[in-house]
Amino acid sequence: MTGVLVASQTDLLYARQQMALSLGTHIVIACLGMAFPFLVVVAEWRGNRTGDAIYTTLARRWAKAMGVLFAVGAVSGTILSFEFGILWPRWMGRYGAVMGLPFAIEGFAFFLEAIFIGIYLYGWDRLPARVHQAVGLAIGVAGVASAFFVVAANGWMNDPTGFHIVGGKVVDVKPWAALFNSALWPEATHMILGAFIVAGCLVATPHAWALLRGRGTRYHRVGLALALTVAMLAAPVQIVVGDWAARHVAQKQPIKLAAIEGVTHTQRGAPLHIGGLYVDGAIKGGLRIPNLLSLLAYDDPHATVQGLETVPVSDRPPVNVVRTAFQLMVAIGFAMLGLGAWLGLAWRRRRSLPRSPWFLRAAVLSGPAAVLALECGWIVTEVGRQPWIVYRVMRVRDAVSDASGLRYGYFLLIAVYTGLAIATFTVLRRLARVPLPAETEPTPPGAPA
Amino acid sequence: MTLANVVAATMFAGITLYALLAGADFGAGFWDLFAGNAERGAPTRKLIEESIGPVWEANHVWLIFVLVTLWTGFPSAFAPIMSTLYVPLTLAAVGIILRGASFAFRKASRTLSARRIYGAAFASSSVITPYFLGSVVGGVASGRVPAGTHTGDVFESWLNPTSVLGGVMAVIVCAFLAAVYLAADADHRQRPELATVFRRRSFAAGIAAGVVAAAGVAVLHADSPDLFHGLTHRGAPFIAASAGAGAITLVLVARRRFAIARYVAALAVVAVLWGWAAGQYPWMLEHELTIKAAAAPRATLAAGLLAFGIGSLLLVPALVWLLVLFQRGDLASEA
Repeated sequence: MTGVLVASQTDLLYARQQMALSLGTHIVIACLGMAFPFLVVVAEWRGNRTGDAIYTTLARRWAKAMGVLFAVGAVSGTILSFEFGILWPRWMGRYGAVMGLPFAIEGFAFFLEAIFIGIYLYGWDRLPARVHQAVGLAIGVAGVASAFFVVAANGWMNDPTGFHIVGGKVVDVKPWAALFNSALWPEATHMILGAFIVAGCLVATPHAWALLRGRGTRYHRVGLALALTVAMLAAPVQIVVGDWAARHVAQKQPIKLAAIEGVTHTQRGAPLHIGGLYVDGAIKGGLRIPNLLSLLAYDDPHATVQGLETVPVSDRPPVNVVRTAFQLMVAIGFAMLGLGAWLGLAWRRRRSLPRSPWFLRAAVLSGPAAVLALECGWIVTEVGRQPWIVYRVMRVRDAVSDASGLRYGYFLLIAVYTGLAIATFTVLRRLARVPLPAETEPTPPGAPA
Repeated sequence: MTLANVVAATMFAGITLYALLAGADFGAGFWDLFAGNAERGAPTRKLIEESIGPVWEANHVWLIFVLVTLWTGFPSAFAPIMSTLYVPLTLAAVGIILRGASFAFRKASRTLSARRIYGAAFASSSVITPYFLGSVVGGVASGRVPAGTHTGDVFESWLNPTSVLGGVMAVIVCAFLAAVYLAADADHRQRPELATVFRRRSFAAGIAAGVVAAAGVAVLHADSPDLFHGLTHRGAPFIAASAGAGAITLVLVARRRFAIARYVAALAVVAVLWGWAAGQYPWMLEHELTIKAAAAPRATLAAGLLAFGIGSLLLVPALVWLLVLFQRGDLASEA
């Protein structure tokens, strides 16, 4: 009995790609599932409170899109629980008892989400307004709780705690300690805030697009303002939380930090590079700021930053992928800050959206940009941990299934996800094109976009 | 009763609820497939949409509950089951994606052509998914999943007589449950013509289930002697109860006592599932891995049960509320 690894490296690659495709899809839908309910409920609440029909219309139309997206998220999330076992049985078999608990709890949170969304979508006219709003809020709260527990499992992969290995066996399992690993708090906060930015921007995008195309109705202005405001309130907080998350990486996963920043040699007073590429162990091009990395990571301009050279080549993540993803994410984060400042200033001065078409163009771009930043952040977390599936405990190649033919499952899923993406987009666009009820447009739109 | 047995029973209760609730939703898709052309099938499809719309997502979550309980509570069984049976599981997963997404898409679409495409995807995936899940059960129940880190035969484990029986039986049982539930729903909604249609379909599916089950006796005897022995010994009272409940369901349906018939039909399905569990006990994987041996450490089982207890305190009232609102007809209008 060899008992070690039988799967070929090519199947490992396909298994990885399949996981990346499935998670990369689900993470976007999950963000909408988490934060979209809050947007809908705010619109519903404003509508009920002010009696302004435009908010109620907005809430009802958003809710239809939310229902479609929730269905897609429910199934794209289910696939992940299959894939954990199908693709990574050795990981689940060995560590399922350690890191399964957050998923078990997440199951309940997701259950509540599914129940409340059924009541919310179908109970609109039958339930008292307050009860209905509370149900909508409950969808969002359960969604955030779901994310918290799923990220707890991911945090454990980055900071595996709650067990010991004695003689090759996993012993002394403490599932609660594993759940409350140190990576949980910065990661979950970063993820949840990210969800509000992604959802806010993605919802803002079609409204900004409509305004840009000259459909300058109040409906779209209100929709854009509401959704983008939520995202832009989260954006500045996200920068602080992102810094917290990066410091945690510096403490617990120094090699991930070294990959993020392209640090080859361990050094005191490490500089920060903005832009450029990592070539032959050094950053070529870009802007170099002396001592800033040491200062940011450890609050001391002369602090020592561990380099990639301290681990064997086989234990280093691919630097350019991780580093480029990180730089893109941070750049988009700061661009969001600028967009938020623009929105905030216009609102302070005139109580209205900025009038420039450039603002609308930026708002249209904000949705795809937020998704890009989200994917980049996830790449930093996941690719930055390579070659480990459980940091310094289990390698990805030791976790993969030894079954033959995994690649065909991947090919099948590419086709399914492509179809799913096209259909989702088509259905959402169709929902957006349903004519507005007449009473929501009492006056012809006068103000230019 | 050991902690491991309690967790195993909890998980099996999840399997049972998934079969009863999501099974009926899959069965509804089966009848959607055979409802006829767009015009003729419209009333049937409308009834199906109304009957599963508000609840299918909640019903679907039982599957997630089962999966997470299996991997947290019995990781050394989860790993080989998922890796050996990855082909039918992948196909079931694809079916789940298509079913859930296309049902929501169809509801959001207005043009006939779009509704046709999504409807076809919804209905066909509603048949495919239970087939493959049933074949997975057949593979596990007939002892074709080896324990340990090495994968079993990735084809023979589900392309075998017991798996085919499991798959076909799953599809028929889903159709049977759905027909009885939909007859009751149609009756409740004062649609006697649809109740009559589903009354006829309940008979067809119920009789088909009986015929396949009878043929299944020979299949199991030849292909899975251990499973056969389990079902005919410790599982025997359950199997007899299931057959009895199935027959009573048909009598009730004949007398148009749909409201009671749906519970008796559910009982028939519960009994056959627990007959399987009783027959296979104490094995999680036949002759390979017992429940005790597959179980996670005590601390994990205890934590899982604690989470289950607290979670249930939130879940049960919410679920009851959903079902009460649904039964009262308060979940009719969509946003």
